[in-house]
This record gives sequence, structure tokens and C-alpha cells, in this order.
Amino acid sequence: MTDAKLAKRLLSDMIRVRRMEEKCAELYGETKIRGFLHLYVGEEAVAAGSLSALQTDDAVVATYREHAHALLRGMPMTSIMAEMFGKQEGCSRGRGGSMHLFDTAIRFYGGNAIVAGGLPLAVGLALADAMQNRNRVTACYFGDGAVAEGAFHESLNMAALWRLPVLFCCENNMYAMGTALDRAQSQTDLTAKAAAYNVPTTAVDGMDVIACRDAALAGAEAIRSGGGPFFVEFRTYRFRAHSMFDPELYRDKAEVEEWKKRDPIRLFAEKCLGDATLSADDVTAIESESTRELDEAVAFAEAGTWESIDDLERDVLTPTAEALG
Amino acid sequence: MKTTYRSAVHDAMRDALNNDHRVVLMGEDVGRYGGTYAASKGLLEEFGPQRVRDTPLSELGFVGVGIGAALGGLRPIVEIMTVNFSLLALDQIVNTAAALRHMSGGQFSVPIVVRMATGAGRQLAAQHSHSLEGWYAHVPGIKVVAPATVEDGYGMLAAALADPDPVVIFEHVALYNTSTDVDSLTKTDISGAAVRRSGTDVTLVTYGGCLPKALDAANELSLNGIDCEVIDLRVLRPLDDATIIESVAKTHRAVVIDEAWRTGSLAGEISARIVEGAFFELDAPIARVCSAEVPIPYAKHLEQAALPQVDKIVAAVETTVGARP
Repeated sequence: MTDAKLAKRLLSDMIRVRRMEEKCAELYGETKIRGFLHLYVGEEAVAAGSLSALQTDDAVVATYREHAHALLRGMPMTSIMAEMFGKQEGCSRGRGGSMHLFDTAIRFYGGNAIVAGGLPLAVGLALADAMQNRNRVTACYFGDGAVAEGAFHESLNMAALWRLPVLFCCENNMYAMGTALDRAQSQTDLTAKAAAYNVPTTAVDGMDVIACRDAALAGAEAIRSGGGPFFVEFRTYRFRAHSMFDPELYRDKAEVEEWKKRDPIRLFAEKCLGDATLSADDVTAIESESTRELDEAVAFAEAGTWESIDDLERDVLTPTAEALG
Repeated sequence: MKTTYRSAVHDAMRDALNNDHRVVLMGEDVGRYGGTYAASKGLLEEFGPQRVRDTPLSELGFVGVGIGAALGGLRPIVEIMTVNFSLLALDQIVNTAAALRHMSGGQFSVPIVVRMATGAGRQLAAQHSHSLEGWYAHVPGIKVVAPATVEDGYGMLAAALADPDPVVIFEHVALYNTSTDVDSLTKTDISGAAVRRSGTDVTLVTYGGCLPKALDAANELSLNGIDCEVIDLRVLRPLDDATIIESVAKTHRAVVIDEAWRTGSLAGEISARIVEGAFFELDAPIARVCSAEVPIPYAKHLEQAALPQVDKIVAAVETTVGARP
């Protein structure tokens, strides 16, 4: 049994993400959003569940498929949407776009479009916490594709060697862009790779938001009690194409349809309605609130302004007056 | 008292570790071994393994860790054994350290200092001897410096640590054993070039390991009545155009000496800037003395033949001074 408050939050979080992502696809079609756009549809339970396990001062390092993580960590949808529109009211002033959402205020460190590029960064943030005696967790998200990169192995080794507080969150959606896991990896059990570095691991059903939350809670708890890094593999699936340019030639439609039967939002909504944790009215209220939030975000982005070209070369180096002390 | 370049670098790190608790030194063999070029000898014993941190052989990983640690409030000095190995870390330096501020819309500064040995002359062959400073100098978002004197070996490292942005320091291997009489070492700057020898007939522009060669050539040429001005670039990005142009406006002739390969070199960039900024001041074509276009060979006579040398500089200057329209 799940308590109603938590259920409402998790269902709401997943629906907010789903609606935002669907709207992004639409806006991409209208050419309001350009560049690469990677949607999280189908994977919502992973971000919603795992991020709900974090505390306010924990840090998050994410990938280029990070709209959900930014939103659920507390970045306003207005700011995210304006960034995707390329407006200066966006979180990164329109310099980053969909793949580079950042927010210092909530310790959200991107938005990294180099596969596995965020892992060393997360280890460094955790090192800084450890050396400055702060008991915080850095949650680092990456996909199954990242596991093939050297940066993954180097990072897990150093995090384990130095017992650093990193929660490694592997979002295994079974495809590195268009390459299936078993076509790229000699060892398809990704927890075995982390275990090889003496990092404790667990693998969970990434379509089950409660399982995702519980796994992250257990991992974060182990980290906070001084156990060093923890690795969670979330077994999930991306319902939509890798990016808006992807014709999806590498997987069967039947496979996608099969996974859609395990839509994390529907699964959780049915469960909550079935055991009466939530009522139909609750679900309706969540839907209408997320519509309101989305409408507001799109209106904000539309009303946003273009940065002056006179400022093109700003934010390359820190202005000298802005001394760091 | 004679102070070596090596001990200047050592003292700069030691003083930084003493004066600022946020400073950490990390890299391969910086601790127990004392640094490949012995620049960190004794620092592990003095500051302990937390702050003087031996890393695994993971250049990509530990440079990324340094970036994350900088974001987390530390002031890391990351040592990479040699510029050739830094190619393994190029992704983190170029895609993260240099880009983070811009792609986050100015939210982050990355106060990391990356030190590495560069250059040839010790018969270390083609995977330990190259001069790739120009590659780094190509990239907006980082500062690139090449201290060529004992004073700058100390002073520019101190200045780099006080800088809020990523600074990459190139220490030419031939400089570590050079020495000068100095009373005390102090922080200098990383803002511009220095005129190391004042002259009227021709401007020699150089940096790093070629500075002593250029000064030797200037002394030799002075015996033949040719008065050279020698500019030590010190900072390779951003380039100090003003000092170069001012000198050429006085001497009307320029020879650029650069240990990198001529194709796509900083020497090419400097020549272009002289042409752009002082074309009508020139009385002779700009000459370049660069390395031969071969991977640096092992055999001593071949290695020496590949590099800029005093006699080649003298010959180039004589040709330039002798040139008549």
C-alpha cells in the first residue's frame, strides 16, 4: 500500500513529464523547438521514482535526455520550455537548448551531451563533498550506452576506490541510440560491470515507479551511511524514437507495442485506483493541473525574448569583476 | 641563490596547499612517486593523501573529477604527465571545462588548473614529446599559458589558481632544470606577453621551451650587429596582440619561433595577426621557425634536427633582416 500523498506526487510527476514531452514533440513539428530533442516518454518512472528519494541539497548530473530530471528536481517548466525555444528567459539563456539544462540553485549540473561525460563530473562533485565533510549524495544518470565508454569504468573505479557518495543511476532502455545492448556488449548484465569495481548494485523494473523509488532510497541510504558509491540499473524502455531524426529502423513495432502494455503511468494509476489509494477525481485533478502548468510554460516560452546578438560572446569566461574569492 | 624551474613549480603548489585549504593536487604519481618530473616531491608527506591524491591511470576520468571538484568548491590542480596523454582527457577539457560556463548561460565557473609537461629534447620519442599547445589555444572557454622562466613557473601557477576559469599550464620539459638567481618568488599574472629583450631590428616572438633558444640566438646576433627584440608570449590564449603589434611597428620585421609543427600552428596564427594588424609596418616577409613535420624521432641527432635550434633562428633572422622589397 502506498500512502496517498506520495502516490499523488509520483503519479503527478510522471504525468507532468509525459505531457511536457508530448508537447515538445508537437512543438518540434511546429519548428518552435530545434536541434536534437530526446524525449523520455516511457521512462518516466525512473526519474520520478529515483529523484523522489533524494534530499534537497543532493546534486544531480544527467544526460541529454534530461528534461524530466530537471523538472522533477524543481526547475520551473517555464524555464525549461523557454530554453528549448532558445529564449534568454530559459535556464541557460538559450545557450544550451534541450540537451543542456542547468540550474545552480537546485544543484542540477546538466544536461551533458557527451555519452558518459557526466560520470567523472559526478565523482568530482562527490569528492568535493567528501573532502568538505558534507553528507550529500550526487545522483548521476546515464544510459546503457554509457557503460561502453571508458569514462564509465574510470569513474566507477575512482568512486569505489575513494568511497565517494555517488548514486550511479543507469537508465537501461536497451538501446544505445539504435544499437541494441546485446549487439554492443559482451556482458549484458550491467550490474556485473559495476560489481567488478566493488560497487554494490541492484537492478529494478524501471516501469514500476515504487520499485525505482525504493531502489534509489536504499542506494542513497547506503551512501549516506558511509558505504561509498551505489549502482542502480533501471530496466526501462523508450517508447518514442531516440531523437526527432530517428526513423526507428532498428526495432520492431511489435516490441514497442509490447512494452507500451507496461506503460509506467498506466500501471501506477491502475494500481492506485485499484487499491483505492487514489480516486478518479485525484487523477483528473493531476491531469488538469499538469495541463495548466504546461500551458503556462508554453505561453512563457512564446512570450520570451531573443538575446541581443551584441551579447554573442558573453559567458565564455567569468567577468573579471566576478571574483570567486 | 639559484632556483630551478622545477622548484619554482613545486613551491607554487606547496604555497597554494598551505594558503588555501580548497587546493588539492591530483594526478598520476603526484604523491608517493613525487611527480614524474619531481615537481611534487614531498607534498604527499606534508599534506597527506587526501590533498595530494595519486590517481589511477585514467586521464579522462581524473580530469573530469577535477572539473566536478572545482564545481563543488575545491581548487584542484590536476597534473597530466605529458601533453600526449592529455589527448585522453581532451573530451573533458574541451567539451566540459571549456563549454560549461557558456552552455549553462553563465551559471558556472570552473576554477580548475591543469598542468602538463610538453615538448621534446629528452629522447622520449613520438608519444612523449609533442607540442600541442596550439590545439588547446584554439578553444574558447579556457586560458592557456606557457611559463618560460623560473619567476613565471611559480607566479603563473599562483595566478592560475586565483583565476575563476579553467587554466591549462604547459611546462616545457627542457625548462625544469633551468635556474635563475631570485630573492623571492611571487604571483605574476596570466594576462599578457612580456618583452624579455628589448631591440630595434627585428621582433622574435616565441614561448615556452623556445624562449631560451630565442634569447641565445639574439645574443649571438647582437655580435653581428643585429638587435633583436624577444617577446615571450606567456599566455597562448587569449593572445596578447597589442604587445606583438607594438613591437613589430617598431622593428618592422618578425620571426616566430614555435616548437609545434608549422602546419596549423600558433606560429601561423601569430603571423596572421601581424599581417592583419601591422601589414603596412612590415619591411620583410614574416619568417617561422617550427619543428619538422615528423613525429618526434628517438635518435638524438634526428630529434635535435627536427626542433627549432639557435642556428636555425639565427639563419631565419639574418634572412629576414637582409630581405629587401
